[in-house]
Amino acid sequence: MGIREAVRIALAMIRANKMRAFFTVLGTVVGVTFLIAVITLLKGMDAYMKEEFAGRIVGHNTVLLRRVPELGEDPQTEDQWREWMRRPLFTQNEAEWLAANVTTPGLLSYSYDQSARVGNGRGKELSGVNIIGANENFFRVREMDIQAGRPFSRQEAQRGVPVIILGVEVADALFPGLNPVGQTVRVAGLPYRVIGLLEKQGAIFGFTMDRMAIAPAKSPVNGGVWEQAGKVEDISFQVPRGELVPQAESEITGLARTLRRLRPREENNFSVETAEGSLGFWEKINGFLMMALPMLVGVSLIVGAVVIMNLMLVSVSERTREIGIRKSLGARRVDILTQFMIEAGTLSGFGGLLGIALGIGLAQLVSAVSPLPARVSGGAIGLAMFLGIGVGLVAGVYPAWRASRLDPIVALRSE
Amino acid sequence: MSTAPIIQARDLQKHYDLGAETVRALRGVDLEIHRNEYVAIMGPSGSGKSTFMNLIGCLDTPTGGEYVLNGQKVAGMKEDDLARVRNREIGFVFQTFNLLPRSTALENVELPLVYGGFAKKERRARAVQALEHVGLGDRMDHRPSQLSGGQRQRVAIARALVTRPSIILADEPTGNLDSVTSEEIMALFADLHAQGQTIIMVTHEPDIAAHAERVVTLKDGVIASDRRQTPVAPEPHRQRVQEPVGVGA
Repeated sequence: MGIREAVRIALAMIRANKMRAFFTVLGTVVGVTFLIAVITLLKGMDAYMKEEFAGRIVGHNTVLLRRVPELGEDPQTEDQWREWMRRPLFTQNEAEWLAANVTTPGLLSYSYDQSARVGNGRGKELSGVNIIGANENFFRVREMDIQAGRPFSRQEAQRGVPVIILGVEVADALFPGLNPVGQTVRVAGLPYRVIGLLEKQGAIFGFTMDRMAIAPAKSPVNGGVWEQAGKVEDISFQVPRGELVPQAESEITGLARTLRRLRPREENNFSVETAEGSLGFWEKINGFLMMALPMLVGVSLIVGAVVIMNLMLVSVSERTREIGIRKSLGARRVDILTQFMIEAGTLSGFGGLLGIALGIGLAQLVSAVSPLPARVSGGAIGLAMFLGIGVGLVAGVYPAWRASRLDPIVALRSE
Repeated sequence: MSTAPIIQARDLQKHYDLGAETVRALRGVDLEIHRNEYVAIMGPSGSGKSTFMNLIGCLDTPTGGEYVLNGQKVAGMKEDDLARVRNREIGFVFQTFNLLPRSTALENVELPLVYGGFAKKERRARAVQALEHVGLGDRMDHRPSQLSGGQRQRVAIARALVTRPSIILADEPTGNLDSVTSEEIMALFADLHAQGQTIIMVTHEPDIAAHAERVVTLKDGVIASDRRQTPVAPEPHRQRVQEPVGVGA
């Protein structure tokens, strides 16, 4: 008997007993639902960590050169912490030397940031604004778009012209209902002309990215707000393609060692990070969750299998006569076995489909009410379908075997 | 046609071991049936005729003796080989019809061909032909519950014919039918016989056995008599007081 024939019989049986079929596969539905929801949310979380969190702090396809790591592990010992604190910052001149000497194609930006008070000159003030001093490439490397006005130019950056681009929160606080472009602000008392307004940046883990303002690194905030005049905290080098990241990482490391005049055996007294590499801690958590949570899901699938097995046994005993008829007409054991196995597999396959739909729904619901994004993966759906059908096949083996062993004479006589 | 017999039973025995005692249902039956014979097997209950029918139908294997069906030694066969023999050589017609209730007449008739490994197109064509043969060409998409008792038995006969088996093995084929419908079924059997079909019919009704050309009577697990007779012609239009015998399974 062909598989298609068996599936057709199975579908007819499911149609004839819809309610029972539903309760039979409930365990499978629940298991698959949570499997899909968990994997979807973990994948979403993973994407969030890599793209949103690390990507926005370190930057996409970007090598981040700093005195100490931005995202990586904290110092393990007090000695290490002291060593970190003794490390010198890079200077703006060193950053420009790097930009001039790096051979990997890419874009280099440097920046420092310092919290300061910003006023509109007419009495309105906002404190705790993150003032970023940067070069002209900063906007492109950090993928910050300007919604009105323009970023500052290379000439303005080189000459340290006092121009500034405001984040939306700062603009809304100082110039409510007005176009901030063309206005003047005072950053810790220093006058700056507003030439642009950033797109809304949103928040990362609840911290707003819109309470900021960006000015040329060499403008008066250098020394005026940022006390380490001429120095920078972050040097970012962005390459056009992901494959270039390792090359850029090693070249930047080599150039930085040259700047620091390190001998071959000496350790780096600076940190080089990439978005992917800096998330070791998340990789560990994610790896554990991706193993542990599906195992919990497995428990509900086992329960589902037991229920399916019981109902298949009931089905076999109800259909003893049908089995007798089929055998009298020439069905071999393997035909009966296949029929009931396929029936169990089809039944739980349906459960799997239902579970996938519910799981995606559940993940969307969670992502709608929390900052966790949902990311549906084809792999998860494939796994769920495989497990769904697999549960039915495993659960169906014993009832199908019982059916195939029935004596045709006894089976034909049963009512 | 003096070829080898289609059924050859020698000293056929069947014992049931019931712990303390052994029931000897068949105590050595010798019987030959040739192609195109129409045989009725009779006997009171407990005579061993059901056991004999199960052995002839390859639903069971004998405890002792030999059984050759259409040249194949059935006695020592394993279950799956028996299934293959049932599929190719035997067309069952049961008292309770034994149709699958959720399948249409056409699907029921196709079923033996499914297990015979026929392609869908040929299955369909042969099943349609078999249903037309029994006069149900216009009822193919009906389910058993939408058919009368006589129609159900016709579907069952079509299902038995569809594999072109060596023998039609009918177990009390009219037991659940009223007398008018019974005559119709007997008329159909007479037609099939006239076309060359070998028919073996187990019955306890002399009226029905009268339609066969040979009557074998079993008693206490052995053959008590084996006689030839001139079959009574079926009278499909004979009007009788219709006794409402339990119609339908």
